[in-house]
Amino acid sequence: MSALLSLAGVKTFYGKIMALRGVDLEVNEGEIVTLIGANGAGKSTLMMTICGAPRAQEGTILFAGQDITRLPTHEIMRMNIAQSPEGRRIFPRMSVYENLQMGAALHGGVHFAQDLERMFEMFPRLKERLHQRGGTLSGGEQQMLAIARALMSRPRLLLLDEPSLGLAPLVVRQIFDVIRDLNQTEGLTVFLVEQNAYHALKLAHRGYVLVNGAITMAGTGRDLLERPEVKAAYLEGGA
Amino acid sequence: MDIFLQQLINGLTLGSIYGLIAIGYTMVFGIIGMVNFAHGDVFMVSSFIGLTCFLLLTTVLGITSVFLVLAIVLVVAMIFTGLVSWTIERLAYRPLRGSFRLAPMISAIGMSILLSNFVQVAQGPRNKSIPPLVTDVIVLIDRDGYQVTLAYKQLIIMAVTAVCLGIFWFVVQKTSLGRAQRACEQDRKMAALLGVNVDRTISLTFIIGAALAAVAGTMYLMNYGVVNFSDGFVPGVKAFTAAVLGGIGSLPGAVLGGLLIGLIETFWSAYFSIEYKDVAAFSILAITLIFMPQGLLGRPEVEKV
Repeated sequence: MSALLSLAGVKTFYGKIMALRGVDLEVNEGEIVTLIGANGAGKSTLMMTICGAPRAQEGTILFAGQDITRLPTHEIMRMNIAQSPEGRRIFPRMSVYENLQMGAALHGGVHFAQDLERMFEMFPRLKERLHQRGGTLSGGEQQMLAIARALMSRPRLLLLDEPSLGLAPLVVRQIFDVIRDLNQTEGLTVFLVEQNAYHALKLAHRGYVLVNGAITMAGTGRDLLERPEVKAAYLEGGA
Repeated sequence: MDIFLQQLINGLTLGSIYGLIAIGYTMVFGIIGMVNFAHGDVFMVSSFIGLTCFLLLTTVLGITSVFLVLAIVLVVAMIFTGLVSWTIERLAYRPLRGSFRLAPMISAIGMSILLSNFVQVAQGPRNKSIPPLVTDVIVLIDRDGYQVTLAYKQLIIMAVTAVCLGIFWFVVQKTSLGRAQRACEQDRKMAALLGVNVDRTISLTFIIGAALAAVAGTMYLMNYGVVNFSDGFVPGVKAFTAAVLGGIGSLPGAVLGGLLIGLIETFWSAYFSIEYKDVAAFSILAITLIFMPQGLLGRPEVEKV
């Protein structure tokens, strides 16, 4: 099995500060892989580096066998990668409908109606809010919209950056259920960044631990959950 | 009452021209947060492009139909002005993106000087004129020798403006291009994450703004019959004022602001003194901004993020 996404020695800088210190990781087709780490470890930077914003200064990023390290962001995304980014980044002055249209922009709306129905099934709340402006939604609704918007492009790889942040446990469970469903029924490949380590590791097939811009541990989700270092650092009170 | 009606017509005509230019300012500000000081000169250049095209059509090709000439001039001016604006963005603004905020503005002032000086050298410093194109008027009221008239050319200006704004509104609100444009305005990074080519969208914004300025430039040429290399400055500043008055970043605001500035100017000229018309326009701006810093239709920032 060859990797759908693979990073080798990826280094990213903000000015002179090295935020990623040579990251290696792989995501295989059909897997849910999670990356856990503390605040400021570089999780979101890694997510954005995959998408070319900021661009990796060293190392290579391969997607489906193609080198995407030097491509501009919009071209990377056009290779069928979608991201639900940190902070959700809903377009505040566009309606929910228009936000979803933006997600489907790459296909020129070919299967828009069909995909829209699918999103309504997954997130019925979005249907109720369809003509409301994105900026007026609650945090949980915005998170659902961000994921739905990403799914509208029918991605081969879905990047999710902290979908549980700031949400009620019930909503978190709902969102995690949707992710598991999509993976099991459609074989969607998911790369998930989480602070909510317990849930993320239970959901994922494999996981990585990021500390100060470098991967310190890797293993299956179950395996990582059992490790004392992980338990001590990321699972206190979580389980 | 008669004078009032006449000034209303005059004011709306002038305001249409300001409104068309103001959209270019407000769109560019909305998407990249810079004031494009060269926009007034782009408007002036569009008038010269219109003039050149007009002379070619009438003297070289000998076309006599006024409406045909006007239509061709309009389209040609829009295309070439769009090209000029695209070039400016490409050469003077894009390389500075990601630089400090003032850099592109200084570059814009440079482009403004470059354009007006280039036209001065290439076209000469004197007024260039065209023969009056449309001279017919409709007499609306004729009382005691005072006539309230609506000139055909005023009617054309208002109608063309209305049609262009209608098309423009449709493009921005209903097409995927307009959606991408608004997305870039609200969150450029996210737009790129959805596969939108941000640089191309910014280029298109400049082209659309310039095309609307070219409509204004052609109308200006038809209305006044003369154009000069320095004609970009004052209408440019007025249109910028209009954009700020309406709330910079707001498209309906730009149109509303344009119409208001046009009306204030003409009414002040008619009822008070023509010398102080600019003072009146700018005073209204200052007073409005004291009480409504975001402009008339600008948005207060209250969105949840």
